[in-house]
Amino acid sequence: MIGFIVRRLAQALVVMAAIALISFLMFRYVGDPVAVMAREDASVTERQELREKLGLDRPVVVQFVDFIGRVVQGDLGISYRNQRPVADLIKERLPATLELVMMATLLSLAIGIPLGVITAVNRTGWLPTLVQSVSLVGISVPTFVTGIMLILVFAVTLRWLPSFGRGDTVQIGWWTTGLLTISGLKALILPSLTLALYQMTLIMRLVRAEMIEVLSSDYVRFARARGLPARMIHYKLALKNALMPVITITGMQIGGLIAFAVVTETVFQWPGLGLLFIQAVSFADVPVMAAYLLLVGLLFVVLNALVDIAYLVLDPRLRTRAS
Amino acid sequence: MPSTRASTDPRLVVEGLSVRYRPGAAPAVDGVDITAAAGEIVAIVGESGAGKSSIGAALLDLVDKPGTWHAARATLDGEPIDYRARHTRGRDVSVIFQDPQTALNPLFTVAEQLIQMVGYHEGLSGRAALARAVEMLEAVGIPDPAQRVHQYPHQFSGGMRQRVVIALALACNPRLVIADEPTSALDVSVRGQILDLIAALARERGTAVLLITHDMAAVSRIADTVTVMKAGRVVETAPTEALLNDPQAPYSKMLIAAVPPGDRKIGRFAIPPRDDVAAPAIVAGADLDAWLRAHAGPSVGETVLAVEGVDKIFQLTPGLFGRGRKLFQALDDVSLTVRRGEAFGLVGESGSGKSTLAKIVAGLQTPTKGRVVFGPHALHPASREVEIRDYRRGLQMVFQDPFSSLNRRMRVGEAVAEPIRTAGIDDRHKMRAIVAALFERVGLPAASIDRHPHAFSGGQRQRIALARALAGRPRLLICDEPTSALDVSIQAELLNLLMDLKDDLGLAMLFITHDLPVVRQVADRIGVLERGVLVETGETDTVFDHPAAPYTMKLIDELPHRHMATQGPTP
Amino acid sequence: MSERGQQTGLGRAFVRSPKALISATGALVLIAAAYLAPFIAPHTPFELGSFSLMDSELPPAFLPGGDPRFLLGTDMQGRDVFSAILFGTRISLTVGIAAVLFSAAVGTLIGLLAGFRGGLVDAVLMRVADVILSFPTILIALLISGVARTLFPLATSGTAAILVLIFAISINEWTQYARTVRGQTLVEKGLDYVQAARISGVGESAILRRHILPNVLSPVIVIATINLALAVLAEATLSFLGVGMPPTSPSLGTLIRIGNENLFSGIWWVVVFPAAALVLLVLCVNLFGDWLRDALNPRLD
Repeated sequence: MIGFIVRRLAQALVVMAAIALISFLMFRYVGDPVAVMAREDASVTERQELREKLGLDRPVVVQFVDFIGRVVQGDLGISYRNQRPVADLIKERLPATLELVMMATLLSLAIGIPLGVITAVNRTGWLPTLVQSVSLVGISVPTFVTGIMLILVFAVTLRWLPSFGRGDTVQIGWWTTGLLTISGLKALILPSLTLALYQMTLIMRLVRAEMIEVLSSDYVRFARARGLPARMIHYKLALKNALMPVITITGMQIGGLIAFAVVTETVFQWPGLGLLFIQAVSFADVPVMAAYLLLVGLLFVVLNALVDIAYLVLDPRLRTRAS
Repeated sequence: MPSTRASTDPRLVVEGLSVRYRPGAAPAVDGVDITAAAGEIVAIVGESGAGKSSIGAALLDLVDKPGTWHAARATLDGEPIDYRARHTRGRDVSVIFQDPQTALNPLFTVAEQLIQMVGYHEGLSGRAALARAVEMLEAVGIPDPAQRVHQYPHQFSGGMRQRVVIALALACNPRLVIADEPTSALDVSVRGQILDLIAALARERGTAVLLITHDMAAVSRIADTVTVMKAGRVVETAPTEALLNDPQAPYSKMLIAAVPPGDRKIGRFAIPPRDDVAAPAIVAGADLDAWLRAHAGPSVGETVLAVEGVDKIFQLTPGLFGRGRKLFQALDDVSLTVRRGEAFGLVGESGSGKSTLAKIVAGLQTPTKGRVVFGPHALHPASREVEIRDYRRGLQMVFQDPFSSLNRRMRVGEAVAEPIRTAGIDDRHKMRAIVAALFERVGLPAASIDRHPHAFSGGQRQRIALARALAGRPRLLICDEPTSALDVSIQAELLNLLMDLKDDLGLAMLFITHDLPVVRQVADRIGVLERGVLVETGETDTVFDHPAAPYTMKLIDELPHRHMATQGPTP
Repeated sequence: MSERGQQTGLGRAFVRSPKALISATGALVLIAAAYLAPFIAPHTPFELGSFSLMDSELPPAFLPGGDPRFLLGTDMQGRDVFSAILFGTRISLTVGIAAVLFSAAVGTLIGLLAGFRGGLVDAVLMRVADVILSFPTILIALLISGVARTLFPLATSGTAAILVLIFAISINEWTQYARTVRGQTLVEKGLDYVQAARISGVGESAILRRHILPNVLSPVIVIATINLALAVLAEATLSFLGVGMPPTSPSLGTLIRIGNENLFSGIWWVVVFPAAALVLLVLCVNLFGDWLRDALNPRLD
């Protein structure tokens, strides 16, 4: 088991190194750092000096090692657009995105899993049919359209909720939170719902499919034939089996949520990482793009490794095989 | 066999039972009567589609919707079976599932699963429930039950898992147990033990057992009474001894005649031709003969195949930097020869390495050590792709699974034509004529060559696979369990055909099986594989009547003891 | 589908399923309308001089103040929303279909190769696919188009933007085909009929072509249908974020973006109708894909 975890972590490191390499290549070769950073009227010698100062004249391998060294120390370079350290920008924006994503994860799991189970257990009737049809519509509506429609209804027409921003925030250390004020919480409702909706339908459909498969398995039929009550079979025995893959799904979903946070944050002008990233893409602000890639890559790699390890802990078959 | 039964009121009485899976469709079970006394084992036998499993589903009231069942009478100890009011599944009527690999929930320990049973049905909890769980494991013969009860299903072997399944089924002392093919997913060597366990528990606890099976060996081993079914109806019901030795109905007669006896060789099975198999015609026969006999092989009795000191070692887990690598030796110094006109039977249980040997002989894998000589060519550990191609020429194979041995998107005639095409014939007319003649030779209508595999039954597919093998003009035919997926009457037909072809064409045949009675009928000589080691070889009759190796003795001991049908040899 | 027997079976199932009929008809009508846009659109919305500020911000024709010349109203510059939707759908579909064809072809080829050859090729390709697959399409596409914009400033023009989008979407999507095809190839490769062909002397490339390829195509078709919906969504999202199609040759996503910027001025039709067209298109394709998967699945085993 320890061996498996070590192997899995080693694998994660390799992937992380690959991501760092791509990030470095972007940083170094996409656009000319000197051209962006030097003054418009800088002379050739001034440019050369800047080139040397940035270490761009050294061998590429040395530059890469140097890049990794700086990244590990938290130095992610300077944003071309607003001339501030990228690390500072990220630190400012991270809380907004994490609060949004956490809220959306909770929403999508808390609603998606029960709906999936209910529609799998009762396959006929109006509720499952309705949920099933709505979910198909749900995966056909892009996140940004959901957001716009919610704004149109709840902000523009009804004027119940704000259409952009985080509302009032409270500073706790370097973390700014919107969870402690009424306006902050109100501002969170529409964005988190928008972000959660698509994932919710996905989780619901996956849980339903998984549950249906488990319910038709031999061991469930055997349990039924031995007279165990339906409630026990559905919610105690089968659910445990059906939820195993949901762990993977949840891990992947959090990643998906971070990706779609870019869209949600654009729609709601939510001052998070996604908005920072999309602005960087529009303005060719390469250091910010590279840093975002590194950060999100790290998050994905960690989540994937955690999912695999969680599996190992929860599934007795893997547990004995690995030990 | 106990012949006196104290009970006057039969435990189970079923009269006029019918099951329909769709309203308006033909019934799967049609007016069936069954009676079983306490402690009695009633076998319901029949081939696939006979409706025998539907009886179990109906008695448990678990016929899948929109299916329905109906019976003029269905009583347990005189009371109508009713799971809404009077009876409880698991406590009154229980069931033993077929496949222990899938019947147990993989995420719960055996203790948890047993405690759920006794907890729900008998209100036991805590220490009392655990004690019952341990007691049940002990009753089904699991060693060290107090420790093993806390293990997960995957930590038990196949036979042990089936014992756990039985423990779950019998945990609440049901009055009736439906055992649906309880041993057909198990290895031959544990089947007998599991059957004996079911019989012993039933007699000791006075449980009535409905043994639903296609396996005559299982029937002869433990059943008191046999009901033979065909197409949803009962053909005949009789005490086991009487039915096996003197079947009355024509279908029962055929069924018994199709069962290969393990104690003697009967030549050909005495079964009447069926209507869905065309009688061999002689259309284009001369053409076919010219094709099949174009290669003059060695004369009868000469060695065609020689396996010389073959080892096969598999690497199970590719270790990091060569450490922690697990090796598995599938074959250990195996040597054997097959002569022209001779069938060599290779016998072994699953995991014995028999299929690995088949793959090596077929040139689909190379040996780790040793060599295989076939005609002028040999297969070495380091054989290159080109050499393997030369080696394979003149060799053909028939596989076990009739569904995966044909490409489902290719017309069957085209599949059969493939070996002819690779032999360099591109005259389409000639090719079609040969293919059509081959179809008739294996008992299929020549007109069916343009159809796709899904239009054929399992037995017909095996005939097509055989036609394809013959199209390659083999000197050696490898048969890897060619009949083990088939019903017994279809098996008998195919075995008759194989033996005819072998004699006609003077084929050398390597016949691989786990089924001792089958190999006794087919093989001239046999070899017994035990975990990769060939423990015994010899003339078939000699090995069967005077086995030398302890493992062979054990296998032969497992054969049904009861003497079966005494029909004469066939023409 | 090379097999006649299965094709007629599928055809019969198609005719009998209202879900299949409705979704296929809907998708076909939308696709036809999009590609016939030059002939059926009442206006040519993206030619300067063909529209006038005089007509700007007119509501749909069926509402008070509407103009019968503009069925779904006009935008801030006086362009006909209905015509803009027709042309926009054409661009969205072109990107989606091209991305699906490209990624299906590349993915199938790689999957066949990896599954059939095995070994190091397989290990490396599948590792790469795993890593790519663990990142959402939209993130990778954003990075690609960001990089493309920085490297080639011209990439923001109409045609170049289409190419960048197709590439950006395909780079993620091929992995799904590759993994599925590889898995199916591994299954088929182990089946007895392949061994039988090998024993009969059929060459490796003929086994791949004649035996394995026809058997792995069904799942490819199912994934392609579902991925068409995903690709259209991805394109719309990128364009909405401002890194896809430029306003000079707008797709549905671009139209929604432009409308969204003016959401508070009350001209909701500029957003709602393009959004409805997008959702309808994706829904039809999704419904059809859903049906196709169910219809083909039992045939897979």
